[in-house]
Amino acid sequence: MRLTAQSLAVRRSGRRIFSDIAFSLEAGEALMVTGRNGAGKSTLLAVLSGRLKPEAGSLTVHDVGEATLAECLHVVGHRDGLKSALTAEENLVFARDLLGAPTASPREALEELGLGHALRLPVAYLSAGQRRRVALARLLVCRRPLWLLDEPTAALDVASQAVLAGMMARHRAAGGLVIAATHQALGLDGARELRIEPARSEAPAPPDAPAPRDAATGDVWW
Amino acid sequence: MRALKALVARDLALAARVGGSGALSLVFFLMIVAVVPFALGPDLNLLSRIGPAILWLAAVLATLIGLDRLFQADEEDGSLDLMTGAPVPLELVVLAKVLAHWLTTGLPLALAAPLFGLLVALDGTAMAGTSLTLLVGTPALTFIGAVGSALTASIRRGGLILAVLVLPLMIPTLIFGVSASEAASGGTVPFTTPLAILGALSLIAGVVGTLAAAAALRWSE
Repeated sequence: MRLTAQSLAVRRSGRRIFSDIAFSLEAGEALMVTGRNGAGKSTLLAVLSGRLKPEAGSLTVHDVGEATLAECLHVVGHRDGLKSALTAEENLVFARDLLGAPTASPREALEELGLGHALRLPVAYLSAGQRRRVALARLLVCRRPLWLLDEPTAALDVASQAVLAGMMARHRAAGGLVIAATHQALGLDGARELRIEPARSEAPAPPDAPAPRDAATGDVWW
Repeated sequence: MRALKALVARDLALAARVGGSGALSLVFFLMIVAVVPFALGPDLNLLSRIGPAILWLAAVLATLIGLDRLFQADEEDGSLDLMTGAPVPLELVVLAKVLAHWLTTGLPLALAAPLFGLLVALDGTAMAGTSLTLLVGTPALTFIGAVGSALTASIRRGGLILAVLVLPLMIPTLIFGVSASEAASGGTVPFTTPLAILGALSLIAGVVGTLAAAAALRWSE
């Protein structure tokens, strides 16, 4: 699958979030979306997932037959899409049946993420990091070529971050695409970076402004 | 098809779990029907005359109870994004969800109506008639309510707005539901006429409600 975005612009409640975003991803490539808090990283992912309509610009997918972009992607974000009253297994079975194209069983997916013991536990009993891992297990139970990850390592421990990096590497080796909004290095080798700058002119800290004082300058405030 | 079956099964399981809305509307229905005779006094003739109206009124209000969470719960935790990515049209997703909601709210009301009819001194024919009209009419209430629920899905405390939006649209169903129930226990109108109109209302609501609710979900970011 290939994905091309051309001159995307988004306006929410009358406020321009960003404009003129363009990128193109070939099979196996990854894109890291970076930017300050509130710059519009999650908004860009919402546009890609089809939840928000862009004000201008276009998104095109190639080589996926008749599937639409929304049918080609997995989303793992802050809202994890898990039902607290259902067990981890029930949540994953539901996701697999809903999205189609099943691959691994829920048990295999959870064991890969080190959560095999939580298979029959209601998600309400799990910690934030464990919930995030159940949501990530969704990536494995059905095959979709594009992964949209919003801060995927939030609340994850170091071991799970390594597992996620391995999952993403395998996905890309199989021709999949990864787009991740993040503040951290995710272990994505050769990933391209898309930095979102605020669209408004009062963008803080222009590049030629004096650097904020820090310990290195010797003149610290404490 | 598999996706829709999964949706219905999940919503039924959620309604059955602790904290689910499964029993809520039924208990609310029981409360209204049980309290009215205390307010009206022990006049059995009066009760059995207005009994069908009380049952229908209680059914309308009980339907409103669980509706606000129909789409809001899925919008809050991100399940709705999952559903828009399913390889089925959003209209069918809405249809499956509303169907599951009706199975856990409307259908129990219709099935429990004969039992609750005892509380308002209905005779056998009136009980059967009211139960049948509820069975035919509650889908209309649920589908109309689904439109309001979809419109208020992204509003935090949308329950009141939902009721204000939706209640006027439920009035025709209420009118024909009550008139059909009363026709069942004697009257000048034959039973089938208002019942047929009630069925038509349910069918129209099924089509218009599904399309409108899906459109509302797409439109609300």
